[in-house]
Amino acid sequence: MSAFGGHYSYFVTVLLMVAGLYVTIARGNLVKKLIGLSIFQTSVYLLYIAPGKLIGATAPIVAKGYESYSNPLPHVLILTAIVVGVATIALGLAIVVRIREAYGTIEEDRILEQDRMPDEPAK
Amino acid sequence: MIAEHLPALQVVLPLVAAPLIVLLRRDTAAWLVATLVSVAAFGIAVALAIAVADAGAISYALGSWPPPWGIEYRVDALSAFMLVLVAGTGALVMPYARASIAAEVSGHQVYLFYAMYCLCLAGLLGIVITGDLFNIFVFMEISSLSTYVLIALGRQRRALLAAFQYLIVGTIGATFYVIGIGLLYLVTGSLNIVDVATRLQDVTEVRPLLAALAFITVGLGLKLALFPLHQWLPNAYAHAPSVVTTFLAATATKVSVYVLIRFYFLVFGHAFALDGLPLRSLLVGLSAVAIVAMSLVALFQPDLKRMLAYSSVAQIGYITLGLGLANAAGLTGSLAHLVNHGVTKGALFLLAGGIAFCCGSTSIADLRGLSRRMPWTAFAFVVAGLSLIGVPGTAGFTSKWFLVEGALENGQPWIVALIVASSLLAVAYVWRVVEAMYLVALPDAPAPAQASTAASMLMRASTAVSVALTVVLGFVTAYNVGYARRAVALLLEGIS
Repeated sequence: MSAFGGHYSYFVTVLLMVAGLYVTIARGNLVKKLIGLSIFQTSVYLLYIAPGKLIGATAPIVAKGYESYSNPLPHVLILTAIVVGVATIALGLAIVVRIREAYGTIEEDRILEQDRMPDEPAK
Repeated sequence: MIAEHLPALQVVLPLVAAPLIVLLRRDTAAWLVATLVSVAAFGIAVALAIAVADAGAISYALGSWPPPWGIEYRVDALSAFMLVLVAGTGALVMPYARASIAAEVSGHQVYLFYAMYCLCLAGLLGIVITGDLFNIFVFMEISSLSTYVLIALGRQRRALLAAFQYLIVGTIGATFYVIGIGLLYLVTGSLNIVDVATRLQDVTEVRPLLAALAFITVGLGLKLALFPLHQWLPNAYAHAPSVVTTFLAATATKVSVYVLIRFYFLVFGHAFALDGLPLRSLLVGLSAVAIVAMSLVALFQPDLKRMLAYSSVAQIGYITLGLGLANAAGLTGSLAHLVNHGVTKGALFLLAGGIAFCCGSTSIADLRGLSRRMPWTAFAFVVAGLSLIGVPGTAGFTSKWFLVEGALENGQPWIVALIVASSLLAVAYVWRVVEAMYLVALPDAPAPAQASTAASMLMRASTAVSVALTVVLGFVTAYNVGYARRAVALLLEGIS
């Protein structure tokens, strides 16, 4: 297989990784930030899972007639990472709900604007 | 029989306490459970440290699955040192929390604070004790997620934004770390720290290792607030409840430093990570900027907690400086400073919490004339401030001494000049507070709210012990320097 064909999963991984990171940093909307964060985390799942898969191999279940198995360990690790990812996004969204209640907006620049105002008379 | 299971109990005890507290729901019961668990965890940590000092590293196979297949808990000189610091801070802070949290957190959330604190403690102790790379990530996320909640518990709405920003940065950091260990796993096929280190010695293709090293360094750099990745820290520390700030300042960033040290010396190895790459000059350079620039920024902060937070970034610079120097004296300074700064900054944040408790504000302008209203607090602040500056006879001095020694040994006298400059800046920012407290009289000082309840007595006791420790550790250096030396011997011995 060519260098590209054999490694195409890495290209997808890196694309998702960079896209997710970009959205997280560049967007001012807090929910969009979390979506970017989620894409970023998902790219890592692919980084672990893809190399564990052998083309033509079965799931790691011992049975007659099957010799090659995919590596189960990355799957287990990523199950854990998915749970962590879900918990992170859930907590992030919960904080966004609280921010919306306290500030009335989820746009970062407007929140920062509101935070600056009460400070000025104090100085 | 129970003694052999101490490594597991160290983590399981606080982990089980968290859901128990949620079920109890009563504030007093929740506090009692959290305090008992913290004290027990401290007891276990001390017992483990003594056992390690006597008989060498302890390896505990979780669920009897032998390493490297199962998860191994490994207590060696370095992790025992950190366990005592983390659990000790927990045990010191919990008696204080009763009154302070009741005053700073909304009533219906108080028991949730204790549950989150127990989770955070379990996560931090887990990071330190585990010998499995992926397990570190899981514990890191347990401690981080609970930390975000703890910060969001702050009364001001800014605490929410601070928690959200920390969540974004912290998750990026943790994900970078997972990418790094993913690459390591692809190269070695193992996740056990000792096993990975052994297998890495036969690896000839270094490019994935360099990528892994870079991802892990940046990821942990975000977590430990290495300059210029520290932006999340001042907001988080300034808006979190005082107890949370104290606990995090003394433990969370320190534990990330510990993981970084473990990676550099016991996974990649000293020769690959530090000698063969420009990483040392990078660490020394960034640390040098941190210790001077962040001290300068601290000088201009109008709020006491925010000032101490910027000072924390500068002090973390000292710790990474010793890591970059990478000789015996520098590393001893680094590790000793983990403890010394933990104790000193812990004491200062406890005092700030006490001031917030009595006066309702930590703005430096509101501290005027405090020496009349709270003479003991003002005096204690001076003592802990001296340790922050690094005056001989306090804890802060011993670690700076070793750092200076390390810098001279490496033939870098300009670092010594920077350490002195940063210490002078510390004199200036501590002086600002002392000046406000002692030298500016406030004509119509309101009578202090002297509610001498049992809970506020506990607050005073905790604060007094922590301030006393900053002086005691300056003279009795068996734990901070003595144990650090032992850990450094382990680090420099490297991968066996």
